[in-house]
Amino acid sequence: MRAFTFIRKLSSVPKSKNFREELEINYISTNLFQKTLLTVGSATVALFDPYRGDMIACLGEVTGEASLKYMREKMLDNSEGAEILQEMPRINSQTVCFKSLSELPEDTLGRVYADFMRENDITADSRLPVQFIKDPDLAYVMQRYREVHDLVHASLFMKTTMLGEVAVKWVEGIQTKLPMCIGGGIWGAARLKPKHRQLYLKYYLPWAIKTGHNAKFLQGIYYEKRWEQNIYDFHKEMNISILTER
Amino acid sequence: MALQRRLLQFINITKSCQKLCGVQSYSTQTAAQSDNGEKRKTHFGFETVDEDEKTKKVHRVFETVADKYDTMNDMMSFGVHRIWKDIFMMRFAPTPGTKLLDMAGGTGDITFRYINYLRNQASSNTEKRSSVTVSDINQSMLNVGKLRAEKQGYLKDSPVDVDWLCADAEQLPLPDECYNAYTIAFGIRNCTHIDKVLEEAYRVLQPGGRFMCLEFSQLPNSTMQWLYDQYSFQVIPVMGQLVAGQWKPYQYLVESIRQFPDQEKFKLMIEAAGFRQVTYENLTFGVCAIHSGFKL
Repeated sequence: MRAFTFIRKLSSVPKSKNFREELEINYISTNLFQKTLLTVGSATVALFDPYRGDMIACLGEVTGEASLKYMREKMLDNSEGAEILQEMPRINSQTVCFKSLSELPEDTLGRVYADFMRENDITADSRLPVQFIKDPDLAYVMQRYREVHDLVHASLFMKTTMLGEVAVKWVEGIQTKLPMCIGGGIWGAARLKPKHRQLYLKYYLPWAIKTGHNAKFLQGIYYEKRWEQNIYDFHKEMNISILTER
Repeated sequence: MALQRRLLQFINITKSCQKLCGVQSYSTQTAAQSDNGEKRKTHFGFETVDEDEKTKKVHRVFETVADKYDTMNDMMSFGVHRIWKDIFMMRFAPTPGTKLLDMAGGTGDITFRYINYLRNQASSNTEKRSSVTVSDINQSMLNVGKLRAEKQGYLKDSPVDVDWLCADAEQLPLPDECYNAYTIAFGIRNCTHIDKVLEEAYRVLQPGGRFMCLEFSQLPNSTMQWLYDQYSFQVIPVMGQLVAGQWKPYQYLVESIRQFPDQEKFKLMIEAAGFRQVTYENLTFGVCAIHSGFKL
C-alpha cells in the first residue's frame, strides 16, 4: 500500500496557519477534464486494488467539493464544530500523545482509540495530505475527515476488516454525503465473500443505515477534548447504538 | 516513502505554472540568465530556480520515479518508447570492439539493446571484446538497472563487459579519449548545462568516436504540436497520479520537454562542442529525435 507518511512540521506557528502553508505546498491545480480522468481512473484502480489508499483519497477529493461545503455548514451549526474549523486541529503522532492515551482508564474514548490503533497495527501518520482542493477551508474539512476516520471506527467498535470498513463507509456516506463514501459502501460490499455478505445484509447494513441517520454529525465532534469521556456516555450523547462488542 | 516526502518538500509548482494547466499554448522560456552579483538562474520545467537547486530537484524526481520508471514509460508512450530505442540502436549499429559510455543509462534500456545487438552479430571475431559503462547521476536508477541486468541474464556469458558508474555527465571522472561511442537517451534535457555535457562527451571520445543522442524534441507541424501538448499536459500527470501515485514528477517531465532546444538548435550546440557530420532524424512526427555526430 502506498501509504504517504506526513510528519507535521514542529513550529510555534498556530495550527491553522500551518495547514494553510502545507496546502500551498501540496496543492495541484486541475481542470474539469483532468478531474474527470482522475475520477474514472482512481475509482477503477481502487476497485481492483483496495489497498491503494491514495486512490480513495484522490477520488474523494476530486468528487467531493459540494459535499465538503455541506459538511462545513453542518460543522458550523454547533459550537464544537465551529471551534474545530476555527482552530484547525490535526491528528497525528506529533499532535496526539498515544502513550498517554493508552494509560487512560479503560472505557474512556482516548483509551479505546489508542487500543484500537495498536490492535489493528495502524498509525495516525498514514493520512495523505489534501492535493486537489483549492479552498483552504474545504481542504481542511477533507483533511479532518481523513484524520477522524480511525476515531469513527474506534468509537463505533467497527474493525478494519472489509466488513467493518464498508459499514463505516455507509455511516460516513449518509452523514457526509461524500460520493467516495457512498461509492465505497456499495462497491466495497460487492467484494465481500459469501459469509461476510450474509452478515452484511442481515446485520451490518441495517445497523449502518440506522446509525448514519440517528447519530449526531460525527465529523463535527472535537474528539481531542473528549479523551477522558466514558465511551458509553459518549455513545449516549451522540445517539450511537453499537452492533458488536469491542 | 521518505523519498516521496522529500520530493513534496522540494518540488514546488509556482502560481504562474498553476495557471498554465488550463492554457492552450505552452511556450518555452529563454535559457539561463544571470544578473550581476546574483546566482545564475535556470529552468526546472516551467519554474525558475537557482542552477544548483535544479540538480538537486532533478535528482529527487528520479529517485522518486525509479521503481515505476519503466511501467510509466510504457503507459505514457503506449509502448512506443521501445520502438524508438530499437531504432536508435539500429542507427547506432555497433560493431565488436566498441567501447560504449551509456550516459544517463539508469535502468539499462539502451545497454541491454546494445548487448543484444552484439550478441546477434555473427561472431567471427571473438578476440575483440566490447564493453559498456552504464553511467547515471542517480544511484537509484542504476540500482534498478543492475537488478534488471541480473534478472534478464545480461551479465552471464556475455560478449560485452558491463560496468556501472554513478557520475555527473557535466564532470565525468574519466580520462580523455577512453571510449569510442557515447550514447545518451532521454537524459540530456535533465542536465543543468547541456553545453558542458557535450564538451565532456567530446573529451572522453577517441578520434573517430561517435556521439548519439535520443531526446524529446519539437514537432514541426503546429497542429500536431498542439495535440501533443494537450495529451502531455492533460493526460500524463493524471496517469502519473493513477499509476505511480505521483503527479509532480510527471508535470516536470512534460514541462522539461518544452524547455529543451529544438532539432536545429541542438544540432548547432553539438557542432559547437566540436563534433562534425552532425545529423538528426525525427521519430514519430518529431516527438523525439536522434542526433548523431563524430569526433573527427
